[in-house]
Amino acid sequence: MGIQGATGEWEIVIGCEVHAQIVSKAKLFSGAPTDFGAEPNTQVSLVDAAMPGMLPVINGECVRQAVRTGLGLKAEINRVSIFDRKNYFYPDLPAGYQISQWTHPIVGKGEVLLDLPDGKTRTVGITRLHLEQDAGKSLHDQHPNQTYVDLNRAGVALMEIVSEPDLRGSEEVGAYLRKLRSILRYLGTCDGNMEEGSMRCDVNVSVRRPGEPYGTRCEIKNVNSVRFAMQAVEYEARRQVDLLEDGGTIRQETRLFDSAKGETRPMRSKEEAHDYRYFPDPDLLPLRLSEDCVEELRAALPELPDDKKERFITEYSLQPYDAGVLVAEQENAAYYEKVAKGRDPKLAANWVIGELFGALNKKGVPVTASPVSAEDLGGLVDLIADDTISGRIAKDVFAEMVETGKPAAAIVEEKGLRQVTDTGAIEAAIAQVLAGEAEKVADYKGGNR
Amino acid sequence: MSLDKATVAGIASLARIRVGEEELEDLAGELSKILDFVEQLEEVDTENVEAMASVAAMELRRRADEVTEGDQRDKILANAPEATAGFFTVPKVVE
Amino acid sequence: MAALTHLSLAEARDGLRKKAFSAEELVAAHVQAVEAARGLNAIITETPEAALAAAKASDARLAKGEGRALEGIPVTVKDLFCTEGIRTTAASRILDRFVPPYESTVTAKLWDAGAVPMGKTNLDEFAMGSSTTTSHFGPTENPWRREGDNRPLVAGGSSGGSAAAVAAGLCLGATGTDTGGSIRQPAAFCGVVGLKPTYGRCSRWGIVAFASSLDQAGPFARSVRDAAILLGAMAGFDPKDSTSADVPVPDFEAALGQGVRGLKIGIPKEYQADGMAEEVTALWEQGKVWLKDAGAEIVDVSLPHTRYALPAYYIIAPAEASSNLARYDGVRYGLRVAGEDLNDMYKKTRAEGFGREVRRRILIGAYVLSAGYYDAYYLKAQKVRTLIARDFEEAFGKVDVLLTPTTPTPAFPIGEKEDDPVAMYLNDVFTVPASLAGLPGVSVPAGLSADGLPLGLQLIGRAFDEATLLRAAAALEAAAPGIQRGA
Repeated sequence: MGIQGATGEWEIVIGCEVHAQIVSKAKLFSGAPTDFGAEPNTQVSLVDAAMPGMLPVINGECVRQAVRTGLGLKAEINRVSIFDRKNYFYPDLPAGYQISQWTHPIVGKGEVLLDLPDGKTRTVGITRLHLEQDAGKSLHDQHPNQTYVDLNRAGVALMEIVSEPDLRGSEEVGAYLRKLRSILRYLGTCDGNMEEGSMRCDVNVSVRRPGEPYGTRCEIKNVNSVRFAMQAVEYEARRQVDLLEDGGTIRQETRLFDSAKGETRPMRSKEEAHDYRYFPDPDLLPLRLSEDCVEELRAALPELPDDKKERFITEYSLQPYDAGVLVAEQENAAYYEKVAKGRDPKLAANWVIGELFGALNKKGVPVTASPVSAEDLGGLVDLIADDTISGRIAKDVFAEMVETGKPAAAIVEEKGLRQVTDTGAIEAAIAQVLAGEAEKVADYKGGNR
Repeated sequence: MSLDKATVAGIASLARIRVGEEELEDLAGELSKILDFVEQLEEVDTENVEAMASVAAMELRRRADEVTEGDQRDKILANAPEATAGFFTVPKVVE
Repeated sequence: MAALTHLSLAEARDGLRKKAFSAEELVAAHVQAVEAARGLNAIITETPEAALAAAKASDARLAKGEGRALEGIPVTVKDLFCTEGIRTTAASRILDRFVPPYESTVTAKLWDAGAVPMGKTNLDEFAMGSSTTTSHFGPTENPWRREGDNRPLVAGGSSGGSAAAVAAGLCLGATGTDTGGSIRQPAAFCGVVGLKPTYGRCSRWGIVAFASSLDQAGPFARSVRDAAILLGAMAGFDPKDSTSADVPVPDFEAALGQGVRGLKIGIPKEYQADGMAEEVTALWEQGKVWLKDAGAEIVDVSLPHTRYALPAYYIIAPAEASSNLARYDGVRYGLRVAGEDLNDMYKKTRAEGFGREVRRRILIGAYVLSAGYYDAYYLKAQKVRTLIARDFEEAFGKVDVLLTPTTPTPAFPIGEKEDDPVAMYLNDVFTVPASLAGLPGVSVPAGLSADGLPLGLQLIGRAFDEATLLRAAAALEAAAPGIQRGA
C-alpha cells in the first residue's frame, strides 16, 4: 500500500471526489434534454444560457436519484438541504455561479465496501453527496487563439460524491471507483460511463510517514478513467515523495493529469486563489424531504452488489472473490443466475467467469450483447454435467458457439462430438484410426517421433 | 471597516471589474463609508436567531422530469458578441 | 384628444367598452403625448408601431364584445422586464443592444389581458438607485417642479421612468419593480399610486434580476382603483419561478368598495425618523385622522428593529446583485470589450459595461460574501432580517395595516446626493423594512410639500393581503385632496 522512498517508507493518502451525472431526461434546473453527443448548443434552455431574468426550477427526479444513491451508499439522507451559489467566472459557467450544495448537502455520511483481490473487503467512508449543476464544455483545440464554448452539458444534474481520505494506494482507488460505479449502475442513477464523462473523478493525493499527520495534498482534476486515476495516483505520489526527499515542500494546488504523458502538472487556470463566495441561492428554497418519500425510495431499491455477493456466497457456495466478480455488473449477475439455475453453481460460475467473460473481453462486448445466451451456456453446462462431452471438448464447443451462435447440443450432434463411454467401441475406433495411419504407427514404434 | 487600496484591487479582480490605479483611493473611501454604515448591525443581538432562508414561506416545488425546451440554437446564439460553427467563442483559455 | 390622456385607466376601460372612443384613438393620443414628453427622458425605447397595431387588434375584439381586462389600455413597462423582440437594456450599457428571444411572465400576462405596449421606461441601471440618475441613457426628469424653482427634479427610482410616464399622462398604467422601494418611492416623488405586492405574488421570470430575494414587480397608476386593476392582471402563480406563490388572485378591484370601517391601522413609532421633513410628519398625522374619520381604529405599534433594516438591506441586496450580475461577462450576450486574454476581456467588459453605482454595489456585494467576512456581514444581515420580519408579524397580530410616510423628503434636484451613496440610500429608509419582510406596500399621493411637490403615505399589509391594503389605500385616496400637477 505504501511507497518506498530513498529514505524509507511513505504512506499514500487518497480521497476521491466523484462527479456522477444523474440519469434523467431533463436537466437539474431546466427542461433541456441531457443526451450526450448532440450538435453544439442545441440542448440549451434559456435558463442554461443564463439569459437575463431566467430562474431555476428543480427536477424532482434528480432529487429522487440523489436520495436513491444516498440510500445505496448506506448514507444519512438529510431531510432539509440547501442550494448555494458557488461564484466564479469561466466561459462554460454561464451564470457566473454554479448552483451546488455547500453547508447542507442532501446526503451525509455513508460507506462503500471495497472488494480487494485477496477476497477481503475494506470500508471506505463517504463524507457526503450533494447535488449540483454540471458546467458546459470548453474546447481549446479548435482554433489557434479562441476557446469554443458548448453549453449542452451546462445544467445537467451531477452528484458530487466525496470520500474520506481512506484510500491507501492506486489499487484501492481502482477498487473504489469500480465499486462506486457498480453501485450507481445497479441503482440506475448514473450510467458510470467515464469515457463520455458521465462519471469523472478528482483525486486528492498526499503522502506521509506512517503514523504521522496528513501531508499537504494536491487535487488532480477531471480524471476520466479508472486506469488513469490509478496512474495519476502513482505518478503523483512518486512526485511528492521525490520532492520531499529532496528537501522540498508540497504546494497545495490543483493539477491536471496528462494521460498521453502519464504525468500530472499544475493547472494554470486554477492558479488564482479561490474565493467562491458561497451563499444560499435566493432563487430557490430549502429542499425538504418527507419521511414517506425517503422510505418509499428505500423500499423500491434493487438488490445491491454487496447484498447480491453475500447471497451468491451462501446460496451458490461461491468463493467471495468469484462472487464479487459476478456481481460487479448487474447484467453479469443476472446472466450467471440464469446459467446457475438448476445446475451446479460452481461449474456455472467457472464457465461464466472463465470462458464467457474471456470471450466477451476478446470481442469487446458487454454480456447483454453476448453471442451465447445464458440458456445456451446452460445447455453446454448440462452436456458436461451428464458426461455427454468432456470439459476439454466443451471448450471447443463453446468456441464454436461464440462463432456461430448455435446451441451446444446442435454443435455436438453436427460434429459427432458426443463422448462415448462404451470401452469396446472406443477400442474399435482406435484400432480403425491406427490402421489408417499404419505408416505413422510404424514410425512411432521405430522411434521416429 | 476601512478598506485599503490593495483589498479593493483584490475584490475588483474577484468580481472581474477593471479598476484603474487612480480610482482605487476614491473607491476605497466610498466602500469604507458603506461598510461603516452597515456595521451598525453589530449592535443587534442575534444570538439564537436563525438566518432567514426565504421570505416566501413555502415548499420548494419540483418539476416533472420532462424535456420542455431545447433545439433553439438560433435563440441561444442570437445575442452573442462572437459565435462560430454553433459555438460561443472567447479568447483562448490555457488550462 | 388631449383629454384621453387624462382619463383614469378605469374610465378609459369603460369608455372603450361603451365605444365612446376607439382604442386606436386612445393609443394615438398617448403616442403623441410620448413624443411631446421626450424631454422627460421617461422612456428608453418607444414602441409606437407595436402600440398602434395592438390598438387595432383591440378595437376588433371590442367590436365583437370580446374585450379583455385591459383591452386597448396603453401601458409602459420598466426596461427591466424582458420583452420578446424588443430591446431590453436594464438601463445599462452592458445590455444596450440586447433583444430577448422571450417575454417575461408579467408582461405576457399584460398583453394577454389586452394591454397595449407604449414603450420601455427608464430606470436606475439594473434598478440600483433611488433617483433614476444612474441610467446609461441619462436621468429621467420628474414632471413636477418646485414652485418658483425650475431646476429639474429626480423622478425617484429605480422605476422613475414608469412613475414619470404615468404622472405625465404618457400611459394609463405602468409596471415597475421594487427591491427596496423602487416602486413606492418614485410613486411618492411623482404623485402617483405605486404598489409593491407581496414577494411571490407576481412572477419574477423574465425580469432582469437585481436582488432575487427582494425583487417584486408591481403597478403604477393614477388611482388606487387603476392599481388594483393592473395588479389583478400582473399577479398569479408561475411554475417557472420557484418563489412564486401558488395562491389564488382575488378580485382586487371588487375589494375596494368595502371601506375601512373596523380595520385596525397600526402606527409604528420607529418611523418618526431623525431628519424627516416637518411637513412629512404633519402629513402622516393627517393620514391617521383621515383613516380614523373613515371608520378605522388607529393603534400605536412598535417595530423595534426598523433602524437596522437599511444596513441589512445594503448587505443583502448588493450580495445577491454581485452574483446575479456575474452573467454579464461578454460571452453570450451584451457588450464585449476586447482584451489581451479572457480575464482582461471580462474585466474591461464589466468596467466599461457597468456604471459607477453598479460597480460599487458589485464590489460591496463581493466583499461581504468573501471568505472570512460572510458571517459578519451576510449571515448577520439575514439574522437581522428574521428579526425585522418577526417585528411585522407581531404588529400584524394587533393591526390589519400599517401607515407610515413613504419617503422622508419630497423629490430633490437632479445631481444632488450623487457623491454620497449613503445619503442616497436613506431615501429608502421607510420602504426597505417591508421589502425585507416580503410584505406588500403601497404609496398613495396624499399631499403637497410647502414648495408644491407631491408627498406620499405608505400602507403596509399582511402577506398576500393586498386586498385589505388596497381598501385602506382607497380610503386614504378618497380623503386626501386630489393633487394637481403644476398647481
